[in-house]
Amino acid sequence: MEIYVEGLCKSYGGRPVLTGLTAVFRPGITCIAAPSGTGKTTLLRLLLGLERPDAGTIRGADCRWGAVFQEDRLLENLPAAGNLRFALGEVPGEAGKLLARLGLELGDARPVREWSGGMKRRLALARALLAPGEALALDEPFTGLDGENRKRCLELIRERGEGKPVLLATHDLAGLEGAPVVRLVGR
Amino acid sequence: MALAAAVPGGALLLASPLQAALRLLELLPSTAFWRAVGNSSARIFGGFLMACALGTLLAALAAGRPWLQDLLAPPVAAVKAAPVASFIILALVWLDAESLSRFISALMVFPPVYLNVLAGLRETDPKLLELARVYRIPLGRRIWGIYAPQALPYFRSASSLALGLCWKAGTAAEVIGLPPGTIGERLYTAKIYLQTPDLFAWTAVILALAAVFERLFLAAVDGLMGKAGP
Repeated sequence: MEIYVEGLCKSYGGRPVLTGLTAVFRPGITCIAAPSGTGKTTLLRLLLGLERPDAGTIRGADCRWGAVFQEDRLLENLPAAGNLRFALGEVPGEAGKLLARLGLELGDARPVREWSGGMKRRLALARALLAPGEALALDEPFTGLDGENRKRCLELIRERGEGKPVLLATHDLAGLEGAPVVRLVGR
Repeated sequence: MALAAAVPGGALLLASPLQAALRLLELLPSTAFWRAVGNSSARIFGGFLMACALGTLLAALAAGRPWLQDLLAPPVAAVKAAPVASFIILALVWLDAESLSRFISALMVFPPVYLNVLAGLRETDPKLLELARVYRIPLGRRIWGIYAPQALPYFRSASSLALGLCWKAGTAAEVIGLPPGTIGERLYTAKIYLQTPDLFAWTAVILALAAVFERLFLAAVDGLMGKAGP
């Protein structure tokens, strides 16, 4: 499965954010690297169908996605299992193991509002990785994570993202050597 | 009340609390008392439930449709501002006395429920709605997981206010419409025959019913709020 974007343009209030972006996203990790405010999130939102481009075409993105957004977007009053059940309809059988590898407990009954920022971020990532999607859109998934947790998350992204396009928006390419990079330069 | 009742001849105009309590004790064992309580409760609370359902449904439909909000705004404002007696007299032209209190009760409850639930739904986090869209979360789960936790606190405060309103307006409608075997009819009879102990006894019954229904209904809503979420 491949996702194509051609001549993609998007502006907000007359300020251009993306101007004529053309790229192919093949299975495996593709990094979208750019300084803040230069269109990483906009590109992912366009691919997820949350916004329409001003011009250009997108092909192959009309599929099921697993996504990590800029914010965690968790139901704060629910525990981990409740959040997974809400987004995925059930708690997948492999959820316990995957969460454990991220240093989280599926059986933790505390609502996630009592969790630390890093724990919430890892749960948001776990939700995306467990989703039955054909592609992954990960917007700064390592925000708030220390080196060890970042490494664990990256390992899991590689494993669970095998065979599907993984669009990873980040400003820090450490550990991602060898992955193709789309660099957005902004204007 | 007790002082006024102590004035010679005062008990006729204003019964003492003791007289009212004694009259209430006399009424309690009678079948007619419980029939009146049952009839009025069924109609007034029935109207309340109907308005809750309709107000919530229309708020849900209007939340994403500004044109529907604009369409509903004038009638809702009119119901809020116009005197309830005007509606009762107007409704008597169209409805029978039995349906009147149900209709008037519903009419008084609809605006606060509709407006509050709409306000709650407007506050729904758009980011969670985007999440639901990306993860293709079905409508039922969205309602239970996103909309219900958002709207229920607003619904709770509206229904707390509306429960008091519906008993006031509902019994007023009964006093004017005089459906047989209702609290309103008993209040009217008490007024005609200057039976002030009856008047106060029935007023105490209305206050007690309003308090009991409010407690029970809010407990049910609280239970729902505890369960809302997947």
